Parts: sequence; C-alpha cells; structure tokens
Amino acid sequence: MEKGCNYNAYFGVLMPPIIETFDLTKEFGTNIAVDHISLSIEKGEVFGLLGPNGAGKTTMLSMLCTIMKPTSGTAQVNSYDIIRHNAQVRQSIGIVFQDPSIDVDMTGRENLQMHADLYDVPVSEQDVRIKSVLELVELVDRADDFLPTYSGGMRRRLEIARGLLHYPRVLFLDEPTIGLDPQSREHMWDYIRILRKREDMTIILTTHYMEEADRLCDRVAIIDHGKIVALDRPSILKQGLGGDTVILGTKESEALQGLLAGNGMSEKAEVHNGEVRVTVANANILLPRIMEAAAAAEIYIDYVYLNHPDMNDVFIHYTGRDLRHEEAKAPMGKMAMMRRRRVR
Amino acid sequence: MSEVRGIYTLWLREVKKFLREKPRLLNAFVQPLLWLFIFGTGMRFSAGMTGYNYQEFIFPGLVCQAMLFTAMFMGISVIWDREFGFLKEILVSPVSRSSIFLGKMLGASTDVMLQGIIIIPFAYLIGARVSLLIFLEALPIMLLITAGLVCIGLTFASVMKSFEGFGLIQTFINLPMFFLSGALFPLTSVPEWLRWFSFCNPLTYGVDAMRTVMMGNVFVPLFPMYIDMAVLLGFAVFMFCVGTWAFSRTE
Repeated sequence: MEKGCNYNAYFGVLMPPIIETFDLTKEFGTNIAVDHISLSIEKGEVFGLLGPNGAGKTTMLSMLCTIMKPTSGTAQVNSYDIIRHNAQVRQSIGIVFQDPSIDVDMTGRENLQMHADLYDVPVSEQDVRIKSVLELVELVDRADDFLPTYSGGMRRRLEIARGLLHYPRVLFLDEPTIGLDPQSREHMWDYIRILRKREDMTIILTTHYMEEADRLCDRVAIIDHGKIVALDRPSILKQGLGGDTVILGTKESEALQGLLAGNGMSEKAEVHNGEVRVTVANANILLPRIMEAAAAAEIYIDYVYLNHPDMNDVFIHYTGRDLRHEEAKAPMGKMAMMRRRRVR
Repeated sequence: MSEVRGIYTLWLREVKKFLREKPRLLNAFVQPLLWLFIFGTGMRFSAGMTGYNYQEFIFPGLVCQAMLFTAMFMGISVIWDREFGFLKEILVSPVSRSSIFLGKMLGASTDVMLQGIIIIPFAYLIGARVSLLIFLEALPIMLLITAGLVCIGLTFASVMKSFEGFGLIQTFINLPMFFLSGALFPLTSVPEWLRWFSFCNPLTYGVDAMRTVMMGNVFVPLFPMYIDMAVLLGFAVFMFCVGTWAFSRTE
C-alpha cells in the first residue's frame, strides 16, 4: 500500500481518482440522507464507508450506482458522470447489494449467464469467466443447483461472483458480511483481499462492523447524519485519539470524574453510559495511581478495563455514539452480554 | 447489439419460468376445461341460444379470457422481481429501461400466447370448427390482444409498489374486461348502455375478431374485421407507449 500511495502521489496529475463526488446530496422530504459530500477515492483502494444504520451509506452507494438520482451535486465514476453517462458508469461497476438480488427460480449458472448477457460479456469468453468466478467463490460443484438449495453465505458468494463477471473497475459491496456467521465472514474477507490483489480493482464497501473496516480498508470515511465526520486510514484515525482509554465503572462516576480532573491526572475524563472514560498516553502506568486516588477518596470502583483504541473508539470519538450499543436496541439481557464481551 | 442481448436474456427468463412452473401449466389446462364443460354445458341447456352451440360461441371468448388473466398475472410479475430484489440487478445493468421493458413484454407475451395456444385444441372436444388455416388466422389477432394486455399488466406493476393492489386489478380490470367483452353472451341482445360500455373495452374487438375467424358464417360479427384489427393495433401501440413511459420512471 505504501508503494501505491507514493505512486499515486507522483502521478497524481495523470491519474484522476476513480471516484470523485462533488457536493453530492440526497434529500427525502425534510430528511437529508446525504448532505453535500465531497470526497475522492483512488484507484486500487479498498475504501470503507462506516456508519450506523440510516447514516446514509446505502443512499450514497445507490447514487454512485446510478439507481438513485441526487437532489443536487454530482459524482464521477471511472471518469463518467453519474447523471449524464449512467450507462457507462453501470458498465464500469459491479455491485453486491445489501439485500439479495438473485433470481431464486434459476440455477447459479443461469444467474451468471443472465448477468453476462445484460453486461454484454463477449460470448467467446463467457464460459471461461463464469468458471473462473465460480472457482474464486468455491461454488463450481453447486453451479447447476437451483438457488433455494443454497445457504445464505453461498448466495452472497454467488452475488460476488456475479458482480465480477464483467470485469468492473469498481466493485461496490453494501454490507457484504451482514447476516453471515463468523466463519463465512472470515471467508468473505479473504475473497475481498484476494480480489484487490489479483484484479486491478477498486473496492468500496459499507459496513457497520468496526472490525471489518479496520482489517480490510485502506481508508475509511465515517458517515453520520449524511455527513463525513472523519476520513483517513484506520491506523491514523486510531492514533488520532491520543493513546489508551481506561474505563472505570462506579456508582459515583461524577465524583470520580471530578477527582481525576482536579488532581491533574488526566485532562480528559468523561462520563459515558455511567462509566468514567479516561484517555491517557500510557494506561499501564497511570492505572495504579488512579486506583490509589479513588481509594483515598473512598470512591468504590466496581470494575475497570483498558482499551487500546480500535475503530469503535474512533467512531465514538467522532459521533458521540456507541455503535455497539445502538446495535443492541433490543433486550437488556443482550446489552449486558455485549458489555461483558467488551471486558477482555 | 448489447441491448438485443439484454432483451433476449430477459425474454428467455420469462419463458423458462413459465415452463418450469408446473402448477401454473396444469392450471392453464384445467381452468378452460371447467369453463367449457361445466359452465358451457350448463348454459347451453338452460339459456338456449338459437343458431349455434353455446360452447362453440364462448370458446373464442374463453381463449381471450385465459390470455387476459395470464397477461395480467405475468405483467404483475415485475412486482415479484421487485419484492425478491432481482429487479435491482436488472435496473443497475447497462441495458436501457426501454429495452428492459421490451424484453419483459416479449417474454410475458410469449407466455400468454402459449397459454392461448394450449387451449385451441380443446375446440375438437366440443365439436367446434378448427383447422390449421383457422389457427393461423387467429394467431395475429391473439398477438395483438396479448401485446395490449401485457402492457396493461406491466404498467400497473410499474406504478404499484406492492401486492396489496393485486385484488383491485382482479376486480377493476380483469373481471370488467372479461364480462364486458361479450365473451359469455352476445352483445346484440343487451341494453344500449351496456353495449356502449362494451364498445369501450378493447377486448370486445378481440373477442369479435376471434369469433369471426373461428365460427365462420354462423356468427354475425359486430364489426368488420378491419375495424377490429385497427382498434386492437391502436390499443397495443398506445399501451406499449404508456408502459414504456411508466417503467422508465421506476427508481
């Protein structure tokens, strides 16, 4: 990647970004789903759009795929304007939608053949290409089975194979691993890595899994309420948080916050979800001092854990919201479980 | 070239689906038989019509009815595609909206024609006139009827976002068109007001043309053949334009 970046920097003038948006906006009535977004994505990147459900990721993608017209602004994909040259844009891109879009009355192979016809893949190459994409997603032996016999993960893989059939320059993956079990998810990540290595392809994926963004993407844009609140490489975003986080669970969280801020141990102590969150350069050294100070002030601490920053912290930092808590809007039991899992 | 391939693959898909769905094929065979032999026999012996056999009279009408119901159902299949997500795959492809519409229309029309043709041999069972020549004369009429009807179905599917309106189509399009077409009774003996409603129904001209071809001299046509054909053609072209327009507005 390092090398690729330099290359692009050297030839930046000659190599236009594969995707560039200009004040791209989509309004649904009074709700602004995408709010004047301008960004550019380089050729060969794996680019992540990160955000909670309803942040505008899918709307953004739909506009780039030309299935939705922007309210204002525009974008270029592979140097084609998404409004004026939508046929050329469509020929340049492959898409794996969030919801299934496979014809369930057909076999896997028939689905691929239809796609080849729709995208005018040269007839002489058609069979070879179908075979090679089936090999990539390991579905060769199931190709002639009808879709209802496929598992969820297999359908997803077939959709990826289909999206690759016409050699797109840009591949859009909308929540590629949603609803997959951990094993299939790991598998999917492998495919994405293979793709970016093998093909000269730019991959844009949306996700609300922080780990996915962290492990796969060269750069991520965090979207919230239709705006980009942060955009950089995951490592830089994490560094930007300024060190480790110590999280202290106590009933007297306000008092503890006051204590820590008062004696100069940390400039940044916040109360979040009833916990005190302290950001420090080196938590291993500071933690014993915090415990001593709390004990001296007779503040009882229920639990404590250390957090080396991950993408979720980046997300909380920029949006003030915890994605993992948002996910578990449902029962309290589930919330409790998720909390426990965080204490590693 | 690429557009033609897109149209071809969409056509092929519709036809494959039609032929693969066994219950629907069975239905296609049995339903006209019920109309012919139970309804037809009952009416023949109770409502007595002079001059010709009632079953022979309703036979062309039943061919039209089967095509009408199939056409609406096939047209509506776009809503299935939307529901199951496959429509997105088509809409995001480089094939233009009007080509997608044409491919769908040709595919559904083929299904409807097959449905109509399946019924023709039943004519032998009721002792009606039928020969290769009659069949060949009926084909272009069936083709025009089919094109117009399929486009109605596709237009509704483009406008409707869910299946909730399907019952409405049955009540407000299928049945009125079927009853008003004179498929089951001669329009010569109905009150003036009903006849005017019937003349506004394009299917009336289809049924009339089919009877002219299939019943020969026994039947006195409502309109000369050229008027029947002109109305059917005009209707098909009109509905095709409306359908293409409605479909290209789909997001």
